Parts: sequence; structure tokens; C-alpha cells
Amino acid sequence: MATLARLQARSTFLVHQYYFRNSAVDVFRKKEYDAAVKIQSWFRGCQIRAYLRYLHRVATVIQKCWRGYLGRQHYQLIVKLEFCTMKMNLYNAMAVRIQKRWRGYRIRKYCFNYFYLKEYLKAVSETNDAIREALEEFAEMKEREEKKADLEREEKKRDYQARKMHYLLSTKQIPGIYNSPFRKDPDPWELRLQKAKPLISQRPKVKQKRDVNISNQLACTSARSLPQSEILPPIDRKQCQGPFRDITEVLEQRYKPLEPTLWMAEPINELKMAREELRKQEWMRNINDNMFLPFSSYHKNKKYIPLMHSSSKYGPNSYGSQHFRDENPKKWICDKKFKFHEDRNVCLTYSLLYPHCLEQHLAKERKKERKKERKKEKKKERKKERKKSE
Amino acid sequence: MHSFTKDQSPWIPNGKEGVMSLLRPLLLDVVPTIQQTAALALGRLANYNGDLAEAVVKGDILPQLVYSLAEQNRFYKKAAAFVLRAVGKHSPQLAQAIVDCGALDTLVICLEDFDPGVKEAAAWALGYIARHNAELSQAVVDAGAVPLLVLCIQEPEIALKRIAASALSDISKHSPELAQTVVDVGAIAHLAQMILNPDSKLKRQVLSALSQIAKHSVDLAEMVVEAEIFPVVLTCLKDKDDYVKKNASTLIREIAKHTPELSQLIVNTGGVAAVTDCIGSCKGNIRLPGIMMLGYVAAHSENLAMAVIVSKAVPQLSVCLSEEPEDHIKAAAAWALGQIGRHTPEHARAVAVTNTLPVLLSLYMSTESSEDLQTKSKKAIKSILQKCTYLPALEPFLYDAPPNILKHVVGQFSKVLPYDSKARRLFVTSGGLKKVQEIKAGPGSLLQEYINSINSCYPEEIVRYYSPGYSDALLQRVDSYQPLAN
Repeated sequence: MATLARLQARSTFLVHQYYFRNSAVDVFRKKEYDAAVKIQSWFRGCQIRAYLRYLHRVATVIQKCWRGYLGRQHYQLIVKLEFCTMKMNLYNAMAVRIQKRWRGYRIRKYCFNYFYLKEYLKAVSETNDAIREALEEFAEMKEREEKKADLEREEKKRDYQARKMHYLLSTKQIPGIYNSPFRKDPDPWELRLQKAKPLISQRPKVKQKRDVNISNQLACTSARSLPQSEILPPIDRKQCQGPFRDITEVLEQRYKPLEPTLWMAEPINELKMAREELRKQEWMRNINDNMFLPFSSYHKNKKYIPLMHSSSKYGPNSYGSQHFRDENPKKWICDKKFKFHEDRNVCLTYSLLYPHCLEQHLAKERKKERKKERKKEKKKERKKERKKSE
Repeated sequence: MHSFTKDQSPWIPNGKEGVMSLLRPLLLDVVPTIQQTAALALGRLANYNGDLAEAVVKGDILPQLVYSLAEQNRFYKKAAAFVLRAVGKHSPQLAQAIVDCGALDTLVICLEDFDPGVKEAAAWALGYIARHNAELSQAVVDAGAVPLLVLCIQEPEIALKRIAASALSDISKHSPELAQTVVDVGAIAHLAQMILNPDSKLKRQVLSALSQIAKHSVDLAEMVVEAEIFPVVLTCLKDKDDYVKKNASTLIREIAKHTPELSQLIVNTGGVAAVTDCIGSCKGNIRLPGIMMLGYVAAHSENLAMAVIVSKAVPQLSVCLSEEPEDHIKAAAAWALGQIGRHTPEHARAVAVTNTLPVLLSLYMSTESSEDLQTKSKKAIKSILQKCTYLPALEPFLYDAPPNILKHVVGQFSKVLPYDSKARRLFVTSGGLKKVQEIKAGPGSLLQEYINSINSCYPEEIVRYYSPGYSDALLQRVDSYQPLAN
């Protein structure tokens, strides 16, 4: 029983211990449970993390490869692009160089050539100088001509005056005005007077001054174009002496129109002219100019064509019948007219061809001989007469 | 009786009706000399005065004259043509009256007459009628006068040639169609041949006729040039007679003004030099066409303007500008200089070097010059200044010019100074910078901008040094300065 008591005393303690131990276990259970959970979670976490790490690594590798691939592609694109751009830039730069040169060349050669302009301006100024010289020469020439003309006019005037004053020339006895004995040498007028030809004291033909005349008022100064009528005397002149006819009568008489007699009024060949007139009028009215032939001559329609030989204007040609020398004198062998040889044999052929010409020719010869004989006789007679007269 | 009237007619212009009624029956007199002298007396009366000419028209004398013109002898024809000329010259109405009474046909018939005096009188009358206006010229042309006038030109008498040339000139001056009619008859060739004739009055008329033809259009001018008048016309510029020179330069001017090609032709034959010499040798109105010719040539293109400069025309023009008393000639010279200088800086420099710009400025500013002169000189100055980079010529402008021109001057300075250091130095030493500082300009205006751009070319000290009132500011600083006490 003691043990029981002890057990009973310890029972509450046991109960408490049992409870306490159970609860203590529970307390620890939670802690241990929590600890186990923690350990497990931690371990699981590690596992997962390892797995994740692994996954990450793998994913990285994949992504790395893929990104490398993409990047390389991209890089190639960029390189291509860059390359193209570089090429284009190069081409552009070269094109700019070419265009620069070409534009410069084109403007300089075709649009505006500075050197050409310079040359042109130089040419212009040279032309200007040439023109200026030429014009000055021209002006000088004109001046010289004018001066010459003036001098000539002066000379003419002086000459004319000298001719008018010719009577002032000094003679052997009396020295003239210009040759005063007190002078050393005579005045130049004296020499001029000596040279001049004296003027004939007729009305000089040099100038005709028509003072109060119609020609002065009208424009044309041609000498032939105006009436040379006498002017009436001016009103306030003193009256001329003598009985004069009435002026109106005189003018009437002077300007009386012609009143010819009937005999004179008609022309002398009036009849002939009237006939001609009539003929002209008839001719005007003719429709057909051919003469109207009567029917009896209707068959005579052949027109007679005369020989040219006889119908030419100058008659038959003497060449071939009268003379045989060529018409053109240049073709002649000698200048003189040759005579026919006296020997008849030469003329025989000629006579056979043209008998009538031979006769004419011989007749001419005989005439010539007779003339010569007559001349000789006359000469002899003259000589005799001279001898007689001497 | 008739000689009395004839002698006294210049001295009795009054009592017109009485005189007309006295003279009219004399025209119908039997004696031909009386008729002629009566006609001559009428002519002299009508010549003297326009009123008398009207009285002649009113007195119904013209139809009688025209009727008898057709029938009478040559002396009467001459006298009658003289009357028609004397009546027709005063006014267009009187000339119209002559045309209305049918005188043109009879005058044209007179042109076919054998006597050169009759032809001359008829041509003179036709010329005076055609002078007034285009309708009358057209009436003369319609009457068929032009071919006969061209035949008259070929006649040997000098007086007839003169009158025919002057009649052709009067006909062709009104309109291009009339000029074309004259050209179609082949007048140009004959006129061109007569340029070489030594008679100066003939040359005057011929050159005037050619210039009236050439002035209307390019084609006509080209036809005149094709007649090979260059370089023969240039000898006419050296003639003794002033009016020959004037007409020759008018002709060249009318040709040059149409196109650059024609001006080029004239320059290539040395025309510019000849015209310049011609300008130098005469005075007054004779110079005017030559001056205008230079202006027209220079206006076409810059190469031609350069050619004008090379021919030494600019000094001559500036001499004209300063010497001439008349405003219209000065205006023409100013215009010509403006045309020369407006193309490029080279041209402007060539004009500025001769010191014409101050003269132009003074003409613009002076109150005595006419409006035309003022506008032309202002335009010339503006156009030259816009291209002028020759600074020594621009500097005087800073002092004298009015504000509207000053702005251009300052603008030019502002363009040149930033690039040229020597010019900058010169600008300072000549006092230009000082003047520029003194200019008062509204803020934001173009002038202020130019002034600022000029100031920016220089260091600040110099700008401040030259700004007005700087010496006072310095003195104030001297007053207010406390020396350091030792």
C-alpha cells in the first residue's frame, strides 16, 4: 500500500506530469513542427532554387544563343546599311566633284565666258579707237576741202577784180596806182593786173540778177523754169518822156491771141491728113486684117516666095559674081586691090564661068585706060602752058 | 496792179476780206501772168498768218485753184501749189479743208509733171499737209503720193530731193502702218544712198526720214539697218551742221532702243564711241538724242553697259550733267547714268569713280530742279547705290544725304565692312564711324539694323569712343573720380 499511496500522491503529480509532458510535448511539438516545417521549407526552397538556378542557366543559354543570333542578324543588316550608306556617300561626293567641274566649265564656256567678255570689250575699244581715228581723218579731210574751196573762191574773186581793173595797169610812161615809184617793189595787185586778161565790156555772163521777179518768191530756183518777161516800171519813177500808148492797149496787143485766117488755120496737107484719118478709122473698125479676095482668086492661095537672092534688102550679093575676094578684109593676103592679069588665059576659066562679067570687066578696064590717057594728056598740056607762061 | 499787190502783200495783212475779194477775180483773169502773180500774192498772204489763210479758205478760192491747177501751165501750177502749202501749214483744220476740196489728187498729178519746180512745190504742199496728224497723212498716202515722192527723191535736183525726203519723213512719223507703206515702195534704199550726199540740208531730211521710219517697230528698224547705213551714218556724226548731227544721233537712238541685238550691232561698229565724241562736240538740245542713245544701249544688258563704259562715255555724261543749263537734258543724262550703273558693282564703281554721285544728289536735293529731274536723279542714285561697293564715293553721302537715301548708303557699308579690314580702318580714320553713330534711327528700323551690323564689325571701345557725348561722359568720370589718398 505504500506504493499505492505513493503512487496516489504521485498520481496528481503524475497527472500533472503526464499533462505537463503531453502539453510540453505539444509545446515542443509546435516548435518542432515549426522547426521541421522550416527545415523542410528551407530545404525545399533550396531544391527549388537549385532547380530554378538550373532553369535560369539553361534559359540564359538558350536566350544567349538566340539573342546572339538575332544580334548577328541585326548587325549584318546594320553593316549592310552602313556599307550602302558609305558607298552612296562616296558616289555622291564623286558626283559632286564631277558636277562642280562640269557646271563651272559649262558656265564659263557657254553661258558667261569671262575671257570672251574681256576679249569682246577689248575688241570694242579697239573698234572705237579705229572709228574715232577714221572720223577725225574724215573731219580733217572735209576741213581741208572747205579751205581749199574757200581759197579757190577768193582767188577767183581777186582774179575777176583784177580783170575788171585792168585799166589800172602801169604803162611805160605812167606808173599805175599799185606801182608807186616810191615803193621798193610793186604791190602784188600790180603783178595780178599784169597777169589778168582784160574783161570785155559786154554784159558779163557770169551772173544774171533778176531782182524783182517771180523767181525770187517761188521755191524752185532753176533758171529755165520761169518766164523771162520784162517787168513793168516801178510806180514812183519819174515819167518817161514822150507820148506813150495806153498800157492796156499795149498789153492787149502783146498778148493778143493768134487769129489766123481760114487759109492758115487749116494745115496744108489737110486733105491728106483727112484721108489718113479716115483710113485709120476704117482700120480700127476692121475685124479681120486680111484683104478680102474675090472668089475668082480663091484658088490662087499659094503665096509667092521670092528668091532671097533678089529679094534681100541690099540686092543680089556681089560676092561670087562680081568679086571673089573674101568679105572680111582681115583674111586678105595683100592689101592692094589686085588687077586681073592681062593674059587672057587666066581669065579664060573666069570667062567660061561668067561670060557677062568678063565683058563688064573688060569694059571697065578700057575705061580706066582711057582715063589715064586723058590725065596724061592734061598733064602734058599743063606743062606746055607753064613753059609758055615762063 | 497785180505787181503792186504782190509787192505790198507782206505789209498789208489787215483788210483780209477786201484783199481776198480783190484777188479772186484776178485769178480768173485772161492774162496768165496776172493769174500767176495773183496766186503768188495769195500764197504770200496765207503764208504770213493763219487768219489770212483761213480767209483764203473761207473766200472759196481753193476750189478755183484746184480746178485750174489741173489745166494751167507750170508757172501757175507752182504758184497754186505754193498757195496750198501756205494755207495747209498753219493748222490741221486748214489742211483738212484743203483735202476736202480735192486738192490732193491734183497735187499728186503735179508730182508727175516734168518740171522739177512744179514737183517741188507739190511735194512741199503734200509734206505740210501730212505733217499735222495721222488721218491727213493717210489721206495723202491714199491719194497715191508715196511712189511718186520716191521717184522725186531720185531726181537730180537737190532742192527737190530735200523736199521729197522731208515729205516722206512727215508721212511716216505718225504710225507704223504709214511707215510700212513708205518702206514697201522701196524708199529705204534710196534714202540710204543719199546719206553720202555732201549737201547738209539734204542729209538732215534724209536722216530724219530714216529715224521716223525706224522708230515704230523692230522690223522697221531692222529693215533700215539692212540697208547698210552703218558705219556710214557715223560720218554724219562728224558733220559741221549741228542738225545733221542731231538727226544722225536720233536715228541711231531709234535703232538702238528696240532690242539688245540691234544695240549690239551698233556697239560692234563703234557707234558708241562716235556718239560719245559727238556729244562732246556740241551743246544744248543737239546732245539730247545722243545721251538717250547711250542710256538705251546700257539699259539692255550688263555686257552692253560695260561696252558703253569701255568707250569712255561715263566722263562725258557726267560733264553733260554738270554743264548743261536745261533740266530735261540733265534729266536724260541722269537717267542714262542710272542705266549704266545699275547692273553690277563693277558698273556702279565705274560711275562712282567719276564723282557724279554728289552732283546727282545735289540735283535731287535742289528745289530749282523740275520734278522730272528730281525723280530721275533719285532713281539713278538709288539704283547705283544698291550696287555700289566703292566706299570713297559713298562716304560723302553719309554727310549730305536725306534719310531715304542714307539708309541705302548705310546698308552698302554694312555689306562691305564685315569683309574688308582695310576698308574698316579707312572708315574709322575718315570719320565715317563717327557719323554713323550720330545717325538717329528708329529702333527696329532697317537703318538701325544696318547701324548695328556696322557696329558689330568694330571692338566696343571704339564704338563707345565715337558715340556722341562720349567726351562729356569721360569728363564726368574725371570729375567724379576720387584719387586714392596716399
